[in-house]
Amino acid sequence: MAGTSGRFTTVIKAKINKMLDKAEDPGETLDYSYQKQLESLQGVKKGIADVVTAKKRLQMQTSKLEQSVVKLDTQARTAMGQGNEELARMALERKNVAQTELQGLDQQVTELEAQQQKLIESEQKLRTKIESFRTKKEVIKAQYNAAEAQVRISEAATGVGEEMADVGLAMQRAVDKTENMRARADAVGELEAAGTFDDITALGDGQDDIDRQLHQLSSQSAVDDDLAKMRAELGQGTPPPPASPQIEKGEGAA
Amino acid sequence: MIVRVMAEGQYRLDEGHHARLDELDDLVVARVEAGDEAGYITAFSELLSFVRESGEALGPDDLEGSDFMLPPADLSFEEAGNEFTGEGLIPDPPA
Repeated sequence: MAGTSGRFTTVIKAKINKMLDKAEDPGETLDYSYQKQLESLQGVKKGIADVVTAKKRLQMQTSKLEQSVVKLDTQARTAMGQGNEELARMALERKNVAQTELQGLDQQVTELEAQQQKLIESEQKLRTKIESFRTKKEVIKAQYNAAEAQVRISEAATGVGEEMADVGLAMQRAVDKTENMRARADAVGELEAAGTFDDITALGDGQDDIDRQLHQLSSQSAVDDDLAKMRAELGQGTPPPPASPQIEKGEGAA
Repeated sequence: MIVRVMAEGQYRLDEGHHARLDELDDLVVARVEAGDEAGYITAFSELLSFVRESGEALGPDDLEGSDFMLPPADLSFEEAGNEFTGEGLIPDPPA
């Protein structure tokens, strides 16, 4: 009734056998393994720092955009106050684009936040496991040095070997996760450096021509709504008469 | 018997829990083989919860080898395809 073994079990058992085969001085093997574990833990910590940096960059980008939204809104009001609806429309259109970008950025910040949380959790778990391994390795080293019954040592070596292989596995999974997240954090930095944020956040992936037109239409109507609101606020019930030639030329012809 | 949840730790379970453990393990296999991802997630988490709740965690200075090893809790559905096949990871309890 041999139970079938999964791939993980097979890998762990192979590692235990390998360790037992060459364990002339288990102390040395175990200490070396512990050192490697601590190094990998540093790698995970570095990964967390990278995600945090990427998140901060995005947050800075967000606050810049928030400022432009306010500024564009003020500009639109000023333009309307001066009766220059064309200019007000332009400002409101830009404001609309900035607001769409803001939504995209907010989503990315939330995602990075979640990733950061996951990494912190796996770093803590890993730290506990490494600490447990350290205790086990000291126990077996003490037993070995005291030259206790060989049978007991070989049983204990299986136990510690299993722990060592298992920490290795936990480590490998944490490192893989960290690499994935670091790659995503790097991608955020590259996007920002290339200045491609605008395009990407304004129109998400996979949008076709119709999506774009729909987006344009809805942004058009948002702008119209804003214009109507401003008119109402300024007590202009109906669209103003065509702006005087002077004001119109003031903008374009300079 | 001692069960290791990989990347987590070891638990000592009463021999009397073997049958239930085997049952839960077989359920995971069934869900994986049926391609039922949501069902797999529920069944696998139930299996691990059973080990944690009915077992006693081994101390850090305990050096016993495990009788059974279960994959890490964050095992993906794709990875589960390599782990939970046939009889599963827990063999039938001795008759």
